[in-house]
Amino acid sequence: MASAYLEFIRIRFLTMLAYRVNYYSGIVVYALNIGVYYFLWKAIYGDASQLGGFSAAQITTYVAVSWMARSFYFNNLDREIANEIRDGSVAVQMVRPYSYLLVKLMQGFGEGLFRLLMFMLPGLVVVMLLFPLSLPAEPWRWLVFFLMIWFSFLINSQINLLTGMCAFFLENNDGVMRFKRVLVDLLSGVVLPISFFPGWARTVLEWLPFQAIAYLPGSVFTGTLNGPEIGYAIGVQAVWSVALILPILLMWRVARRRMFVQGG
Amino acid sequence: MAVTDKLLFSLSLFREYLANYLKTKMTYRADFWVEVLSDLMFNAANLIFIFVVFRHTAALGDWSEAEVVFVYGYFMIPYGIFSCFFSLWDFSERYIVKGEMDRVLTRPAGSLIQVMLENVDPPQLVGSLVGFIIMASAWASLGLPVDWYDPLVLIVMVLGSVMVYAGIYAALSAVSFFTDSPTGITPLIWNIQNYGRYPIEIYNRTIRFFLTWVLPFAFVGVYPASFFLERHQNFAMAWLTPVVGAVVMFVGLRIWNLGVRRYRGAGS
Repeated sequence: MASAYLEFIRIRFLTMLAYRVNYYSGIVVYALNIGVYYFLWKAIYGDASQLGGFSAAQITTYVAVSWMARSFYFNNLDREIANEIRDGSVAVQMVRPYSYLLVKLMQGFGEGLFRLLMFMLPGLVVVMLLFPLSLPAEPWRWLVFFLMIWFSFLINSQINLLTGMCAFFLENNDGVMRFKRVLVDLLSGVVLPISFFPGWARTVLEWLPFQAIAYLPGSVFTGTLNGPEIGYAIGVQAVWSVALILPILLMWRVARRRMFVQGG
Repeated sequence: MAVTDKLLFSLSLFREYLANYLKTKMTYRADFWVEVLSDLMFNAANLIFIFVVFRHTAALGDWSEAEVVFVYGYFMIPYGIFSCFFSLWDFSERYIVKGEMDRVLTRPAGSLIQVMLENVDPPQLVGSLVGFIIMASAWASLGLPVDWYDPLVLIVMVLGSVMVYAGIYAALSAVSFFTDSPTGITPLIWNIQNYGRYPIEIYNRTIRFFLTWVLPFAFVGVYPASFFLERHQNFAMAWLTPVVGAVVMFVGLRIWNLGVRRYRGAGS
């Protein structure tokens, strides 16, 4: 059975390989994004040496590595699920002898793996040449970072499963999906580290799952989180990735019972 | 058909499509508000970025917070109008992969106009309204004078900016005709709409050149808005907005038509 799931990863990986335009346009967009944010942050810092706990060099690294990590954990599982619910093909998939949600997760992972190897790693090399990054010297920090973005993928995908399944309950969940997308980009810390937010907002954000997606791994990589804080950060990620299983299963159970196929 | 006839014809189509839109929307009333909310959320997120950043610094380059907010408010106006008429988010999936384009092409109206009208999304105009209010309040807090010609200039600038957007996205959507990828350039569309809202001076020459002459997003925000900002007035670039808009629109339409000619249908 496990090999069947591995097969889903492989197939998605190969599918991604077939669509080159996405790949090239993605490279242009991420390079531009990192460039645009690099100069934006340079202007924000001006002469200041430290803001929100980040030095100017650290924020550059943070922005670059966050965007690169985003290319790995980002996926459109919510849209895929919503489309399959809307056109009714989810019903066929439910009959098959596998877990629909797990298959989606595997497909997302295949996509992420593709971007990690073909995109993130070469991209990081290019960005390193273009911008002055301060990369961690300790090899273990790299290992911890790669462990943490694996959790990022998991949590982000779980949130995508939840938003995608909203299509069971709403005739049209485009708005919800767009809402989620903006929310994740803002509150996960890709564009703005959580430590820049005012105190009260920070307290709220620390109780939400989003910071576990980008802020925590990015901070460990840039070295603003150290020592026991790193263990704590991984703990937060682990707790969220377990805690999110519950609403997903709950929603799935209810959805299966009240499912009706539109059109079809 | 004469040009005016064609225009009138398209306008009458627009009325029909709008009526249809309203009928379908009234069946899903909750959607309407979720959509308005999610679109405003997108702009709110960007404004939050500006507000949070300015808690840590007094100026961006030599632009104050109110000036940056002003530019953002301006940006929201053409962006809202553009999104109302050009919500081609899943163009390649719906029209190319599923073959809807076949249906469009058999009808006696411009293909781009039809695709636009089928996806018309009026809730987006709420964003324009909010943008206008933001711009007006920044206008007041900056103590800028209001000249009699300002409203007219604003209309010209907004039209120019909308054309810049429309041209770029018509061209980008047309890319789907040349490839058969399923998600196509949707992520691209999502990601690049953010450029051109910050003072162009903060970028290096490469990016400045890129945002001015290659993907001229600077003309949907900072250049046209600078007309009204006394301290950053840049008449030459501001007045280039309608010109660049017309050129980009023309090029975009040409690329679209080129793509349509290449389209062969996806089968099934």
